[in-house]
Amino acid sequence: MIQLVSRERCVSCSRCIQVCPTRVFDESPEGLPVIARQEDCQTCFMCELYCPVDALYVSPHDHPVETPGERELAQAGLLGSYREHVGWGRGRSPGAAKDASYLMIMEMRRTSGN
Amino acid sequence: MGKVANRPALEASADVLVIGGGPAGTWAALAAAAKGASVVLVDKGYCGTSGATAPSGTGVWYVEPTVREREEAMGSREALGGYLADRGWMARVLDRTYANMNELALAGYPFPLDEDGRPYRRSLQGPEYMKLMRRRVKQAGVLVWDHCPAQELLTDSYGVGGARGMQLRTGEPWLVKAGAVVIASGGCAFLSSALGCNVLTGDGYLFAAEAGACLSGMEFSNAYAISPTFSTITKTAFYTWASFYRGDGTLIEGAGSQRGRSVIARTLQTQPVYACLDRTTEEMRRWMRLAQPNFFLSFDRLGIDPFTQKFPITLRLEGTVRGTGGIHLIDESCATAVPGLYAAGDAASRQFICGGFTGGGSHNAAWAMSSGSWSGEAAAGYSFGLGRLSGKRELSGLRPTGESASVPVSHGDVRDLAAGVKRQVEPFEINLFRTESGLKQSLARLDRIWLEARGGLADSAADAVKLREVQAMASTARWMYASALARKETRGMHKRLDYPDTDSAQHYRLLSGGLEEVWVKPESAARQAAGEVQAG
Repeated sequence: MIQLVSRERCVSCSRCIQVCPTRVFDESPEGLPVIARQEDCQTCFMCELYCPVDALYVSPHDHPVETPGERELAQAGLLGSYREHVGWGRGRSPGAAKDASYLMIMEMRRTSGN
Repeated sequence: MGKVANRPALEASADVLVIGGGPAGTWAALAAAAKGASVVLVDKGYCGTSGATAPSGTGVWYVEPTVREREEAMGSREALGGYLADRGWMARVLDRTYANMNELALAGYPFPLDEDGRPYRRSLQGPEYMKLMRRRVKQAGVLVWDHCPAQELLTDSYGVGGARGMQLRTGEPWLVKAGAVVIASGGCAFLSSALGCNVLTGDGYLFAAEAGACLSGMEFSNAYAISPTFSTITKTAFYTWASFYRGDGTLIEGAGSQRGRSVIARTLQTQPVYACLDRTTEEMRRWMRLAQPNFFLSFDRLGIDPFTQKFPITLRLEGTVRGTGGIHLIDESCATAVPGLYAAGDAASRQFICGGFTGGGSHNAAWAMSSGSWSGEAAAGYSFGLGRLSGKRELSGLRPTGESASVPVSHGDVRDLAAGVKRQVEPFEINLFRTESGLKQSLARLDRIWLEARGGLADSAADAVKLREVQAMASTARWMYASALARKETRGMHKRLDYPDTDSAQHYRLLSGGLEEVWVKPESAARQAAGEVQAG
């Protein structure tokens, strides 16, 4: 579930408000996204992928849990880690080009052939 | 039924309206636009992120057009699906998928190269794929309205002529008049939080049924996916190389991802089950990360090594998203029985290519892009054919209003009604291991939930949308269980404890429908009846 919008990192681009498929965010009077309907979050991580400044953190749990604070998350390299793995962001190349699913299919065929 | 009178703030006229902006909806919009149609696409969430595909990755049923490879591909699931699939449809899906995937490469999708340096086109990364599809749809001139759930179809004596719904941002209504409508709103996963699936509440099934279309294969809608108990990641392919354990560390014999899922369910009924991907080599572990980065997300964030540590798992209901039930199509253009109404993707039945076995992954992805393209082309053609008639229509909405919807329901009531549906569809003892008494009891409860949801009047725009979702989920569940009761045998994913064998006399598809009274009948009987009417 969405747990954090970093006020320090956020550039008020409203991208997360726009792309969230279940409309979890509202815009505050100052133009910042706020988590208005956390219970509607479906933990799909799409807001993180579309955030240009890695200001969001979605915990993998499907229910609210105690999560580490922003500093700990940043130190653990978790802010923006999914975007990095998918290869989105300036100076990165899309992970889709390195998709190794064909090795999985080959292995599946080999396994089921045994 | 409400007449279209007061002009809503957001209104448009178009040749084609597409409901849903996932793979099927975007391919439909592209195909309609390519025929020269004006197109509006509405999405409940955001076209590009909503639905089961966008946050995920998926195999695609992309097969080289050689006789040998195709025969092998078509034969591979026929037995698992209880021989309810159709080779004609399969061949057409293989053709269209091959063409569409090659078109995606030209459009810039970064397909990987395999070890021999050839492009590998049997897999798509969801975020990349759907970002590209949104861009293509916009470039084609399609009007995209995000956060605009459809709430009801508009019809007149000629058939379907548009829809209206809600703008979630403002709570204001929207309205689109269109010569033809494509329902591509996905399947129904009953708010189980399977990855990306909470927008998939069967809305399109409800709209189609209200317009008089029917469903088919609804008994094949009890797919469950393996996921860690703490996570929404329902990617199951890697569990091929997992072992499953009890709490005391002993191995659960016969438990497996593909054929041993019932063993997992049986064990989960009495105790926790743990998995470990310990049947992998070092080399496999390296490419697994490159194949499905989202699979590792939850493990990495919680500091769990899934290759060496045991983690608790559960089975999450994916309903018709990984099942094969959906809106019944009457021909190869993806038309429904209602003039002007088409269905594509998981909103439509996938029995034609999967029979009663899961369409999850490659088959559903291929079906979405194929049926999407066909429905978009046909909807455009139908709309053009209306000619001058399109300006003279007297459209009305189909949702229950007035006296039938009058009991005030609060935010909490709507949530409770949704939870009530979930309690009837999620338990393995009802939905996976099916019996006549279990199904009948649940169906009676679902009938009551349907009546309550149908008669409810929500006090905010957002809750009205959620109440409609409950109506859709309750209806879906009723067609599901009524069909499951009618199929007195075990076939495909439909398992009856009281009828454990496949009965060759029931080798037919089941149609279902109805809202106040749910009905089920074999497709062959329906065909005969239609033939008799025509002959008479």
